Amino acid sequence: MLIIKNLKASIAGKCILKGISLNVKPGEIHAIMGPNGSGKSTLAAVLVGREFVEITEGTVTYLGKNLLEMAAEDRAKEGIFLGFQYPIEIPGVSMVNFMKTAVNEHRKFKGLEPLSASDFLKMMREKKELVEIDSKLANRSVNEGFSGGEKKKNEIFQMAMLEPKLAILDETDSGLDIDALRIVANGVNKIKRPDNSFIVITHYQRLLDYIVPDVVHVLYDGRIVKTAGKELALELEEKGYDWIKKEVENNIVA
Amino acid sequence: MNGISEVTERYLQLYKDNIEKISGISSKYINSFRAGAFEKFRELGIPTKKNEAYKYTNLNIFFDHDYKSYFLPVESDFVKAEKFRCDVADLDTHGIVLLNGFYPTINDKLRQLPSGVWVGSLNEAATKFADKIEKHYGKYAKSETDGLIHLNTAMASDGIFIYVPEGVILTKPIQIVDLVQADDDMFNQHRNLIIIEKSAQISLIICDHTLSPHKSLTNAVTEVFVGENAHFDIIRVQNEHNNAGKITHTFIHQEKNSTASSNNMTLHGGLIRNSTYHHLGGDGAESHSYGLFLADKFQHVDNFVNVDHAFPNCTSSQLFKGVLDDMATGAFNGRILVRPGAQGTLAYQKSNSILLTDDAKMDTKPQLEIFADDVKCSHGATVGQLDSEALFYLQSRGINKREARLMLMFGFAHEVIQNIKIEPLRDRMDNLVMQRLKGDLSRCASCVVRCT
Amino acid sequence: MEKDQDKILSEVTTGEYKYGFYSDIEMERIPKGLSEDVVRLISAKKMEPEWLLEFRLKSYRHWLTMKMPTWPNLKIPAINYQEIIFYAAPKQRTNVNSLDDIDPELRKTFDKLGIPLTEQKHLAGVAVDAVIDSVSVKTTFKETLAEMGIIFCSFSDAVKEYPDLVKRYMGSVVPYTDNFFATLNSAVFSDGSFCYIPKGVRCPMELSTYFRINSANTGQFERTLLIADEESYVSYLEGCTAPSRDENQLHAAIVEIVAEKNAEVKYSTVQNWYPGDKEGRGGIFNFVTKRGMCKGENSKISWTQIETGSAITWKYPSCILRGDNSTGEFYSVAVTNNHQQADTGTKMTHIGKNTKSTIVSKGISAGMGQNSYRGLVKVLKNATNARNYSQCDSLLLGDKCGAHTFPYIEVDNQTAIVEHEATTSKIGEDQIFYCNQRGISTEDAIGLIVNGYAREVINKLPMEFAVEAQKLLQISLEGSVG
Ligand SMILES: Nc1ncnc2c1ncn2[C@@H]1O[C@H](COP(=O)(O)OP(=O)(O)OP(=O)(O)O)[C@@H](O)[C@H]1O
Ligand SMILES: [Mg+2]
Repeated sequence: MLIIKNLKASIAGKCILKGISLNVKPGEIHAIMGPNGSGKSTLAAVLVGREFVEITEGTVTYLGKNLLEMAAEDRAKEGIFLGFQYPIEIPGVSMVNFMKTAVNEHRKFKGLEPLSASDFLKMMREKKELVEIDSKLANRSVNEGFSGGEKKKNEIFQMAMLEPKLAILDETDSGLDIDALRIVANGVNKIKRPDNSFIVITHYQRLLDYIVPDVVHVLYDGRIVKTAGKELALELEEKGYDWIKKEVENNIVA
Repeated sequence: MNGISEVTERYLQLYKDNIEKISGISSKYINSFRAGAFEKFRELGIPTKKNEAYKYTNLNIFFDHDYKSYFLPVESDFVKAEKFRCDVADLDTHGIVLLNGFYPTINDKLRQLPSGVWVGSLNEAATKFADKIEKHYGKYAKSETDGLIHLNTAMASDGIFIYVPEGVILTKPIQIVDLVQADDDMFNQHRNLIIIEKSAQISLIICDHTLSPHKSLTNAVTEVFVGENAHFDIIRVQNEHNNAGKITHTFIHQEKNSTASSNNMTLHGGLIRNSTYHHLGGDGAESHSYGLFLADKFQHVDNFVNVDHAFPNCTSSQLFKGVLDDMATGAFNGRILVRPGAQGTLAYQKSNSILLTDDAKMDTKPQLEIFADDVKCSHGATVGQLDSEALFYLQSRGINKREARLMLMFGFAHEVIQNIKIEPLRDRMDNLVMQRLKGDLSRCASCVVRCT
Repeated sequence: MEKDQDKILSEVTTGEYKYGFYSDIEMERIPKGLSEDVVRLISAKKMEPEWLLEFRLKSYRHWLTMKMPTWPNLKIPAINYQEIIFYAAPKQRTNVNSLDDIDPELRKTFDKLGIPLTEQKHLAGVAVDAVIDSVSVKTTFKETLAEMGIIFCSFSDAVKEYPDLVKRYMGSVVPYTDNFFATLNSAVFSDGSFCYIPKGVRCPMELSTYFRINSANTGQFERTLLIADEESYVSYLEGCTAPSRDENQLHAAIVEIVAEKNAEVKYSTVQNWYPGDKEGRGGIFNFVTKRGMCKGENSKISWTQIETGSAITWKYPSCILRGDNSTGEFYSVAVTNNHQQADTGTKMTHIGKNTKSTIVSKGISAGMGQNSYRGLVKVLKNATNARNYSQCDSLLLGDKCGAHTFPYIEVDNQTAIVEHEATTSKIGEDQIFYCNQRGISTEDAIGLIVNGYAREVINKLPMEFAVEAQKLLQISLEGSVG
């Protein structure tokens, strides 16, 4: 579904991603972990087409197409969804209006008629229940005045509405209380189908208790330095990153 | 000022030519202000850009013009105007149609609504409510710098009078449809007085609308007294064509613990200048001043706000937003004055503008003048474009750029609209703004009212 | 609690001015009053070339047609220009090379002010031009700097030694017609500093000018011209004090800066002219025109000012951002206490593409002080991608003072992003409480908070002076602010 080959990217002339290769197959859940500043969000930014990241080398193929050539909204309509690490507040734009527009753009892309107002509201209601978000939030402006946790839940709600093929969740678990974490994880599991995939960026094993990854990658200094099964997350939780950093250094020396 | 400008000279002459007629149809008390105001106008003149309050507005494009007529109503005008019936779909209001600023009724010049509220012609009220007029008329509209206010006092002969007795709560808004229609280029001035006694409450909608294509200029002054614990909202919706100049001065005086809000929505207009003066004249009063303007072509929209915290523990806010397209220019001039002793003041001001083209221009001049220390005052002003982060967020959800821009612009405007408490009007404004932003609005379709 | 705080505030805000002494130096003064003859006399005293006299006369004649501006938010008593002495100089010859030639009384004066005229080791990083009344008495490290091609000397010397540079740049940023006080200065300016940093040179030490008014009834009209040629860098500092006197004295200066391509100039001011006494008697009228031109691409001019002195301050250090990618900055702390009044701020004019400006202004009002920020951010039509961010905060200490903000924003280009934020408030009671709860007295807490409030600006000063500035801030507000 997603094939990244030797991707290198820089921000403001500074090289951040230093050759990343990754292959995500339909139905897989990949977890990406790694120390702060290692480039996880940057990778997510590349995948959704943020322009401040400059791609210097490599290719990204998504469903057989060259992803890097596509506009951000087209990527979204092709089924890529990013749960932002820091969702932005948009005063004055109501959640309802925002989501209605997004959903109908997706439908138009698939050749479907726009949803009627009542069908749309019904859908909103269902999805809200699915991710257990307070229905009042949906009546406010996008993320405006939301608490940190509410913003994250709102991202999951949007994911539920848009039913992506490839969802990238950038630290959607940080800032969530224990119940919210469970809700978010359940939300993900309910949306999960055999043909859609997830890339879950996280710092904590506990999310992976709920969302069980097929593969865990460690991103360090712009490279994927380790890839293993879900037990890697446990090991990291226990030992931190130092041993990996050492391994990397030794490799360089060797 | 040494020497009187040619433009000012025009209006001095206009006064001399018309004063007899004007005085003839007005009450003695209102006439007693005229000579003094005329002198003051002679001294101050038509404001130029040298006047700090008009620094960004060139009035001459409208004032330096030979208006074929100075509008003073005659009976046939009233007959003509009485035929107009306007209303807003879904909006249940007490409607009043004004023609060129005058209360166009022949018989029932002052009527009482079932709730006990009086509405009608100021001239008529000057005899019936002489005590009220003497208490309030000319008490709030004062200025040491703005000649236009004095020009109005000197020459306005009539306008609207609203009297809300103590404790009366009017649930239905009063709606004034302020039509300008003339067969020739026309200058008109009217004067409104609104008195809301203790613990009373009303909302007032004023729809400014020009019907005839001729060049027209309106210079209107409204004085509002908001009594103790009373509540007053005024919403002005402006739909004028590019040939229409509209200058409004609204003075809202508030007593103890009263609340008042003003909302100026400018959808269209040639030259628009709205001055709103909020005088917080009693402990614990609260005021809100809002404004939204969308301008394109060669339009110019200027909002001037003055909030005067004269007493302790008052709260005020200002929110003004503008979207400028084509060659349009905009100005915002907002002042917060906290007088000595006005402790416990909270005052807030925000103005944001978006420029859509290279030829659009926005000038902003917020001011804080603070003479008390237990205060929290802040203001923020931005001039720029749509937030690119927000634009990306929308695009990342699959919304195309054009649509995303439109949504953001709408959201930008909605922040002002959402403060309208009358729901059907709020919805209608949302719609009009959306259509206006899409650019598929003709002048008349953009009117908030439907006229027959 | 409220009472206590008021008491402490009133104590803090009644500090004494420490530089109010007068030195008995033998002076040469011309008769008071202003006329074409006086202008000629000044020029003659300074043995100036004809072209400069012409410039003065042209300015004087223009000045006669001008009126004092009334737009500032200031109450300025009428100034009688016929009562002012426009030229006063120590009798003994000026700007000597050997220290032994300096009048010991003069040396004592500057020692007392903490401005040694000797090239002392602990101040090795700073070259000083010391100006008293109308003349420069000594410029230190002149030779060291000359080795790198840097010219740092008194304005009068520059006129004699580098007439071409002076002719080329003087009046190029502040024309003689600019404003009432700038025009007056152009007619009667006495001395000041001149500085030229050649292409590619980074000036290795802080350059500084110290201005001292000493004589009674005398006006000070200095003029500073600073030119940073391509790829150069200089950090410049000025300081000023005056004796305590009951009558007001006029100070009307001009500072012009030109930054060529890739050059950077940092200009810092610690202004501590005599502010007048507690009743508002005396003090300096400080009417100054300061302007920098970012002439070349990528040039940068940064103004930092700590304004604690003067009875009245009227001053707007500004930047004309002409070169593409050029940057202007303005960082200011202005304190008004007792009866002081200040109307100060900046103008950022964006002309070139991708130009950036930053404004940070912190006003502190105490006593009966009135403090106004006045600023203009102007983005011209062709200034694509201009960016401005302004932050203007006012802090009120006491209920008899005032804080005012007048920012003008004029944008004529759609790609511009201009943001302005301002707040006015008194010291936060919860902040004071938080300190109290940690065992800090209210007095110290106010001191901490005020300093924290001004920190962002003080940090922009060269290190040697940041400490001074911090002390000065405390002295200016002494009694309540720790
Ligand atoms: N807009 C930007 N401008 C400059 N540098 C940036 C920008 N965005 C990210 N960086 C830098 O790129 C590097 C990678 O950042 P990134 O956000 O991808 O890290 P991360 O792995 O997501 O970290 P965290 O776990 O803290 O979220 C960091 O050094 C960061 O400072
Ligand atoms: Mg991250």
